Amino acid sequence: MSSTTNSPTHHTSTIGAIGTPSRRNTELALLVFAVVIPVFAYVNVGLAINDKVPAGLLAYGLGLGLIAGVGHLVVRKFAPYADPLLLPLATLLNGIGLVVIWRLDQSKRLQRLSIYVEAAPRQLLYSALGVALFVAVLVFLKDHRILQRYTYISMAGALVLLVLPLVPGLGVNIFGARIWIKIPGLGTVQPGEFAKIALAIFFAGYLMVKRDALALASRRFLGLYLPRGRDLGPIIVVWIISILILVFETDLGTSLLFFGMFIIMLYVATERTSWIVFGLLMSAAGAVGVAGFESHVQQRVEAWLDPMNEYLLSQKGVAGHTEQSMQALWAFGSGGTLGTGLGQGNSDLIGFAANSDFILATFGEELGLAGVMAILLIYGLVVERGVRTALAARDPFGKLLAIGLSGAFALQVFVVAGGVMGLIPLTGMTMPFLAYGGSSVIANWALIGILLRISDTARRPAPAPAPSPDAEMTQVVRP
Amino acid sequence: MNKPLRRIALFCGLLVLALLVRDNWLQYVRADELKDDKYNRRVAIERYATPRGDIIVDGKSITGSTTSDSTDFEYKRTYKDGPMWAPVTGYASQAFGATQLESIDDGILTGNDDRLFFRNTLDMITGKKKQGGNVVTTLNAAAQKAAYDGLKDRGKGAVAAIDPSTGAILALASFPSYDPSVFAGNSDKDSEAWQKLQKAKNPNDPMLNRALRDIYPPGSTYKVVTAAAALENGLYTDADEKTDSPLPYTLPDTTTELKNEGNIPCENATMRVALQYSCNTVFGKIGADLGKDKMLAEAKKFGFNSEQFIPVRSAASNFPEDMDKPQTALSSIGQFETATTPLQMAMVASAIANDGKLMKPYMVDKLQAPNLDVLEQTEPEEMSQPLSSKNAQILQSMMETVVKDGTGKNAQISGVTVGGKTGTAQHGVDNSEKPYAWFISYAQLADGSSPVAVAVVVEDEGAVRDNISGGGLAAPIAKSVMEAVIASKQ
Repeated sequence: MSSTTNSPTHHTSTIGAIGTPSRRNTELALLVFAVVIPVFAYVNVGLAINDKVPAGLLAYGLGLGLIAGVGHLVVRKFAPYADPLLLPLATLLNGIGLVVIWRLDQSKRLQRLSIYVEAAPRQLLYSALGVALFVAVLVFLKDHRILQRYTYISMAGALVLLVLPLVPGLGVNIFGARIWIKIPGLGTVQPGEFAKIALAIFFAGYLMVKRDALALASRRFLGLYLPRGRDLGPIIVVWIISILILVFETDLGTSLLFFGMFIIMLYVATERTSWIVFGLLMSAAGAVGVAGFESHVQQRVEAWLDPMNEYLLSQKGVAGHTEQSMQALWAFGSGGTLGTGLGQGNSDLIGFAANSDFILATFGEELGLAGVMAILLIYGLVVERGVRTALAARDPFGKLLAIGLSGAFALQVFVVAGGVMGLIPLTGMTMPFLAYGGSSVIANWALIGILLRISDTARRPAPAPAPSPDAEMTQVVRP
Repeated sequence: MNKPLRRIALFCGLLVLALLVRDNWLQYVRADELKDDKYNRRVAIERYATPRGDIIVDGKSITGSTTSDSTDFEYKRTYKDGPMWAPVTGYASQAFGATQLESIDDGILTGNDDRLFFRNTLDMITGKKKQGGNVVTTLNAAAQKAAYDGLKDRGKGAVAAIDPSTGAILALASFPSYDPSVFAGNSDKDSEAWQKLQKAKNPNDPMLNRALRDIYPPGSTYKVVTAAAALENGLYTDADEKTDSPLPYTLPDTTTELKNEGNIPCENATMRVALQYSCNTVFGKIGADLGKDKMLAEAKKFGFNSEQFIPVRSAASNFPEDMDKPQTALSSIGQFETATTPLQMAMVASAIANDGKLMKPYMVDKLQAPNLDVLEQTEPEEMSQPLSSKNAQILQSMMETVVKDGTGKNAQISGVTVGGKTGTAQHGVDNSEKPYAWFISYAQLADGSSPVAVAVVVEDEGAVRDNISGGGLAAPIAKSVMEAVIASKQ
């Protein structure tokens, strides 16, 4: 049934369902670009910094090629009708991110930092693990609707993941945020990244069941449709708990992300605009409330309003202030339209987290406005494919899960990129795929895997009429 | 469910659009502003990424560049005779930025100037390393050394010397000074050296460029400006005409008597005699008779009340704009609020020596590309004409009398005609602090040309108050500077 056998001449004569192109060859062609572009970038960095082609070129090229190749073959076998763009886009982001992480590894300034580690080899390993999880999702998750069965387990799982960093002895506080847990021998893990997916599954499963109740059995109050308490209760509780945990962990970006995802899914499930209003009011109240007692938040807002002042305070050695926001703005400004070229900027002045939370600033300085716009458009395209998957999905659970995941992805990109570029207050989160961070890259590969699974189900043609009833016998599947 | 999905898609599109707009704002609209922000370390990194070009005096560089062991900066600035040249060069420090010529001509020195763009592009293609260009100054090394050594022997002060015919600056010295080499780097040692030089830690304020940036009451040297105003406004038309000057002289509208220093022949003295003996009464009355508007107009023609850019900025000298008659009288003998930079008084002397024409002072002769091609040549430029050629010559003869027979005898040079004026300016509350010793002069050679005009000020020298006089302290420095310039002409 592979499209590769459909020659153009036969196409018009074949029956519609069989003719739905799988687009696997499109994906393969795009993957070639997604591997070749980062390899060129890698050579570019090596030439710029050391005047020679980097020694690890072969290993890097093969590594990335292998990741892409395995991903492609698994998709071809297990999700043949999946969206053809998502895998190449994720590979490209992952690959180019690896190059920039390697470039920052070469920085003498960063090498002087006490917490310096050579990040690129680790990130390559994490990427491999991420693709392994991606493969596992496609191989073992035959149908995304299976996830629906785990609605409440996902909720429990998400809550456990969120509480973990607060457990004494397990959680570690890194630069003011308690969002990591330490696993001896393995390093640190950021459970919030995985909680994002678990929560999306829970919201999708829960809302699918309750959406009619939420949408119809509502009372009208001040022109807004308010749902009954018993329908709303559990979900509000989960939301409050997750927000509370995040406030205690002082990780506001993720808090914003979860809430945004929740509102998006609620709106899609109920089709009621009043939810948006309700959600905005709640988030405004939450933001003001949290800012009232969290000095950490107040300071982030002040730093956003006047980054120069924040910089001067940090230079005077006032505790708790950081020059990073201003350094990131300078990096963007110094890059200008076309950038300095890879390896030739000074974005490493940002110091700590230059290769994770602030990685976009390096793109800004070294690839310029052109490069950052390209990266942003690639992210936009990933989100667009995700939304398209949601539109194409035939079941409400699939729709909700797909829009939840891609909405969260979009919000994460906005919160991180907007924070680094000074559009909104800075929150500690990582650019999906680009930034250094194992949890992030692994979780996002899983996210892409789930989206591919949903899109495969959505685009898969209806089974063709059975040529032989005997052959059909063995394929009966009971729902 | 598809309608809300489409709306969410639109919302996600708006998020991306907002990011794109913000990125354009940062990297296109605000790019240059952020790039050149003085706190942006890249500015300094760029400045020291290549060997810096040199500042040149008499064909020899007074600066250099050496490799630096800092992570950020490849090269470091060095200076030859740093303290002597600091008022000219300013400093270029990895940690503390750059000032004066080092800052103004930074583009040439680093090689980043737009005029070097084509050359840089060629170099990039041919694989040559980018180089900085040179700044060739008008200074005279011998004159500068004479000025600096003279100040070093006598204490705090400053010297400015100008070539009257062009306005080219020949010497610009300030003491105490500093060596810009000691904080050119980025280490703790550099930081310590910098701290030690700051005014807060060092009451002598060695980093103050006294020749350009400090203003002193000019005292009696200002009388030449008052004399120029008298001649220009026709109050008196000749040096040897009797003036209408009573003695004792009471300041108009007051009962305060204006005193002279000692018992000198000032009653109805000619301007020549009055300048020779430095009569306060005569010039105070001239100022009061002319009135503040005429006095101010003349002062402004000499360059008072505005900053000069040579191209380094000098402070604006001050002749008060708003004052009553007695204050005008006091201002006209260099007291009250009259205050001037040494450069300004050198400009006064140079205009008189140049037959009334004031040339715009400048200290950068030309800017050179790394291959010594001239990128920019400064042409002498007339700034104003404070007095007519005839009146200038009258004033010259008066100033020559001062040196020949009056208070300025210490500036005499054999075989050379020297004109000058001494000054001893009082300052502090009720003149409690030690006065400033001033001397302004010019030298005229046998062929009638005037190669140098100079102004010297010496602050509170350790000697007792009575001994401080322009003639005793400042004139010998002026003399050695003039001699150095004349010797280098021959």
